[in-house]
Amino acid sequence: MLSKSQARSFFLGGTVVTFMIFIGLTIYSMAPSNDQSNHENITEGVIRGKHLWETNNCMGCHTLLGEGGYYAPELTKVIDRKGEGMIRAILQSPVPWQPNGRKMVAYGMSDADADAMIEFFKWIGEIDLNGFDRVVSPLAKDRVPRQEED
Amino acid sequence: MKYKSQKVAYWFFALCMLLFALQIVYGFIMGFARIGMDGLHEFIPFNTARAVHTNLLVVWLLTGFMGAAYYIIPEEAQRELVSVKWAYIQLISLALVGVVAIVGYHFNHWEGRKFLEIPRELDYLVVANVLLFLGIILATLYKGKRRTTTALVLTMGLVFAALLYLPGMIWFDSQVTDSFFRWWVVHLWVEGVWELIMGGILAFLLIKITGIDREIIEKWLYVIVGLTFLSGILGTGHHYYYIGVNKIWLIVGGVFSALEPLAFLAMALFAVYMYRKGGRNHPNKLALFWTIGAAIVSFIGAGLLGFAHTLPQTNIYTHGTLVTAMHGHYAFWGAYAMIVLAIISYSLPNMTGRKRYDHVNGHMAFWFSNIGILGMVVAMGVAGVVQVYLERRLKMDFMVAQEEVKIHFVVMLLCAALFTLGIAMYIYEFIKHGKPTDEALEET
Repeated sequence: MLSKSQARSFFLGGTVVTFMIFIGLTIYSMAPSNDQSNHENITEGVIRGKHLWETNNCMGCHTLLGEGGYYAPELTKVIDRKGEGMIRAILQSPVPWQPNGRKMVAYGMSDADADAMIEFFKWIGEIDLNGFDRVVSPLAKDRVPRQEED
Repeated sequence: MKYKSQKVAYWFFALCMLLFALQIVYGFIMGFARIGMDGLHEFIPFNTARAVHTNLLVVWLLTGFMGAAYYIIPEEAQRELVSVKWAYIQLISLALVGVVAIVGYHFNHWEGRKFLEIPRELDYLVVANVLLFLGIILATLYKGKRRTTTALVLTMGLVFAALLYLPGMIWFDSQVTDSFFRWWVVHLWVEGVWELIMGGILAFLLIKITGIDREIIEKWLYVIVGLTFLSGILGTGHHYYYIGVNKIWLIVGGVFSALEPLAFLAMALFAVYMYRKGGRNHPNKLALFWTIGAAIVSFIGAGLLGFAHTLPQTNIYTHGTLVTAMHGHYAFWGAYAMIVLAIISYSLPNMTGRKRYDHVNGHMAFWFSNIGILGMVVAMGVAGVVQVYLERRLKMDFMVAQEEVKIHFVVMLLCAALFTLGIAMYIYEFIKHGKPTDEALEET
């Protein structure tokens, strides 16, 4: 029968081994050769967009890369789906944008801030998401193969 | 023999009750917004309500864990806390930081990173506060007469939780890297070190309630927390499937997170087995209900419902939908809310001297809240599955699909009303117990 010291060794050993593997895998997936996010394309504008994304807690309603509040639409590939003009209009609207009655906060963004947000969304849209981009953005991605078939 | 400094725990638990009540209020604001009743939008838009709702959850659970530690550690170490005054200072500063953060959320002052919305400058105060807490606990343990496995596991959980807060404070230019390390905090907390805390509290309660030999309980505690880390650490991979990192996480996350329910299954079997084996007929049946309930509901909520969407093949459809909200609610309730309510139910009569554990209110609180949240979770689950089907299979627009699932939120709100009634009765019972006294602690 298992003794207490054996149980303790199982706990400590298992923890150390799995944590080491976890660190190893983290280093592996953060290596530049395994980058799927086009890290080199992160411009000042993208960084500013990310900052605006955070300071306005957009994730509190929307999802991005599938993470967020589930109250408002997924914004990965949003530029593909809705076009730059519409996104700009929503971000700069002085009154709450409300499709089907569900309200968004009216941010009334400046041109520069709206530009940064669009740059951020464009960078997000180029990330290789291991196939999720096709599920989350059928309008944009599925159209491409069909056009190719034509 | 009990220790007078354990009284500190009462005030931590009282803060828990207050924050939990507020959390429910903000939950209702969101629930009503989802069915189109968003009259508060101008003052409390959805993102504010959500940040407050989730942060209050984290803060009241942490407050509960701290209260539990202040109650458990003196008894395990067999000495008074090293400083009661500093423990109260820690409580007050914790409450202040919490209030400042939550008020800030109403004025667009936050860092919109899911679950870690507290702005960076307040993060430093959180760190200082937690260091103070750990200082008191570690010094008490160090000077104590004995060092038990239960105290050790509980303290390890608390120390690791503090350390793991740090990766969330690093700034990254890339949303992908930011998200990657955000999960180091969030996942490794709730599916890692918090389970150590839960396991420590559970072991303490089982020792007290069932009267089973400490050596047996603590041996299995090691096995359970061992299983937790073995599956949970690499199980972090299930957050990395579709956020823009390497495909290796599809395999690693898939395999290890599929093992995560085992730790919860072991915990549930362990608690039920110890209860059945236990010879002592402890009079505090309510504490027993909450303790065994936590072990069983955490297996269903965190283990089974987590497993339901953890495989990459399923998660590609459910990632970023209400299915996650469904799992989140039952997992947090079972694993963490219930264990905090269990330690409160156990310790309150000991601290105040009022043995109200046979009162019908307490039992109704247990059943109403549990039936209520089960109904909420089912409603959210149905909404989630419908959303997945309409949006990701039939390719409907987000808002069109949301209109279709509205009715399930009406059901959720009705069940939430029952849940709230249960929690209100729990808080009423808490108040009826009165204040803690030295005499009560000496008697127990």
